[in-house]
Amino acid sequence: MIEFLKGYEDYFGDWVWEMLIASLVTMELMLLSFILACALGLVIALMRISQFSVLSGLTKVYIGFFRGVPVLVILYWIYFAMPELGYKILLISSFTAAVLGLGIHGSAFLAEVFRSGIEALDHGQMEAALSLGMTPSQALRFIILPQAARVVLPPMANYSVGLLKETALCSIIAVPELMLRAKDVASSSFLPMHAFVLAAVFYYIMSFPMMRLAEHLEAKMAVGR
Amino acid sequence: MEFFDKLWEWAPEVFPFLIKASVVTLQVTAGSLALALVLGIFVAVARISSFKLLSYPALIYTDVMRGTPALVQLFIIYFGLSDLGLEFDPISAAIIGLGLNGAAYVGEIYRAGIVAIHRGQIEAALSLGMTPVRAMRYIILPQAVRIVLPPLTNYAILLVKDTAIVSTIAAPEVMFEARRIVQATFMHSVSGQIYLMAALIYMAITLPMSYVAKRLERAKAAWH
Amino acid sequence: MEALVRIIDLHKNFGSLEVLKGISIEVTKGEKLTIIGPSGSGKTTLLRCVNYLEKPTSGHVYVDDKLIGEKKVNGRYVHLSDRELAKERAGIGFVFQRFNLFPHLTALDNVTVAPRQVLGMQVAEADEMAMEMLEKVGLAHKAGEYPERLSGGQQQRVAIARVLGMQPKLMLFDEATSALDPELIGEVLKVMRELAEEGRTMMIVTHEIQFAEEVSDRVIFMDEGRVIEEGPPKEIFSKPRHERTQTFLHQILER
Repeated sequence: MIEFLKGYEDYFGDWVWEMLIASLVTMELMLLSFILACALGLVIALMRISQFSVLSGLTKVYIGFFRGVPVLVILYWIYFAMPELGYKILLISSFTAAVLGLGIHGSAFLAEVFRSGIEALDHGQMEAALSLGMTPSQALRFIILPQAARVVLPPMANYSVGLLKETALCSIIAVPELMLRAKDVASSSFLPMHAFVLAAVFYYIMSFPMMRLAEHLEAKMAVGR
Repeated sequence: MEFFDKLWEWAPEVFPFLIKASVVTLQVTAGSLALALVLGIFVAVARISSFKLLSYPALIYTDVMRGTPALVQLFIIYFGLSDLGLEFDPISAAIIGLGLNGAAYVGEIYRAGIVAIHRGQIEAALSLGMTPVRAMRYIILPQAVRIVLPPLTNYAILLVKDTAIVSTIAAPEVMFEARRIVQATFMHSVSGQIYLMAALIYMAITLPMSYVAKRLERAKAAWH
Repeated sequence: MEALVRIIDLHKNFGSLEVLKGISIEVTKGEKLTIIGPSGSGKTTLLRCVNYLEKPTSGHVYVDDKLIGEKKVNGRYVHLSDRELAKERAGIGFVFQRFNLFPHLTALDNVTVAPRQVLGMQVAEADEMAMEMLEKVGLAHKAGEYPERLSGGQQQRVAIARVLGMQPKLMLFDEATSALDPELIGEVLKVMRELAEEGRTMMIVTHEIQFAEEVSDRVIFMDEGRVIEEGPPKEIFSKPRHERTQTFLHQILER
């Protein structure tokens, strides 16, 4: 153990600093993807439960596709493939490609979370709202969605933890986040073990508060029954 | 559309390679799933044990595994351990990496399943004169199995998708093969089509699994 | 006396199951009509067809001379969407067996949400009106409480206040006390009795025979989707003519 820690002697200071900066990119990446996934996911969920069968059907395919495919494929597609397909306008930076990839992939997952959150609500709530003379959209806005919001918070918190970990994949498409920094540092120092273990520590520090928040929300939801 | 024309054009040549690679995907999935299912039992038992010496390490293990990216864990096992003299071939490293990672998730699933069984069940079984072991075998476990089956199936689906990350350590599975084809043959212009084919292969595996998972969830809900 | 409600030859199928087999009823303004019958007789379905929570398979419903839930398009009748139905439903009050209070809103807000969003009432006016309604059902002191802190009887009374807030011309009660513990039933029946005395038009589905006897102007006995017998409460409850009515009353009163 002490032997192992000795290995950090020459590098620790530099590594910590570099990884700290890279972690900021990681968090930025995570935040932007999260926002995109939530916003897009909500829109998709509402379309999925809409009464227009075309909309509902299309979003069903969308959700099924993105949930059945690894996020890595999506990242590759946006970063490598799309420019080739002539969408040269979208010769976007790796960071943007990452946000889009993670966000779109996540939106499918969250759409299902939102949808089951809305549908899990007691049927009677919708009926009561409608029988008081509210239109479906009024019922959704004032009665259904406020309640659904409470239900979807725990899965959203869980998703954010998973999203943080997914940012590591973006190193494969050259986004300058923590994992890429760890790889660089590992290869230049020939100390892969030390480099990746330190990176793991950074990831754990970042995910720790989010995991505790997710647990707290889950516990709160369970009690409220 | 030109995109789909190119797709039909190249599919017959590319698909066979991808399908062959999907065997590796399934191997890695099966291997790590098996490892996770077995190790998960120990993790779960340790976590619910009253010995702090068992439960604390198990808790830390679970939290660290779930709080750090699988990719990092994989790299530690493949690159890190080889640095310390312990080398694995890509597929073994993949199975070990995803398996150890999975043990944490599966352990949680088991633990939640055991805890979910009402105290009253155990009490009823014991007061009928069953030994704890009998109670476990005939009353608790059968119910626990029913509870954990749906989340385990969902986990298996996630695992299939997670195997894509082992392409980074050169395990010859679908993603790796797709990338290899694009780069080796300079077919960058049809990379979109090729990656789409890779996506379809994953869907071909996960879609039936999702169907099974939904059926299990429905059966479980009905059983309640 | 004009008919406030006219139900004409109502049929309702759920898949292959025929639940309503041709119901025709009229309810005059200010009348209290009680509907009794065994479970499965279709009485709840009938009530839910009046405010179109269920869409009838055939037949028509008129409330206050207006055709509910349908419109004529090129000579054919077409069901309205929930959005189009909203206006009509505002004037019909429905009290649910399971209350269906909105758990994320206080008792007061439960009463004000619809008047504000549907009728466009201002906050101050709505709050004042809601307090009056809660006062009426005896729960003004609970205005700030959330439903989970209220007993079943209190929740149902808030639900009634909520309906009253919309000033309905017609009130529908779907087994309003069936989900309540016995000792809580009385407080809800008391409110219903007061509403009846105010001259409101009410259609009540209930198992509470004594209450029905006191409050109704007319009683209808339904079985297997049809109206078997109807008449004033004294007749139906003491001298039922049909065998099925007699059997049902025996079973229910034997308890």
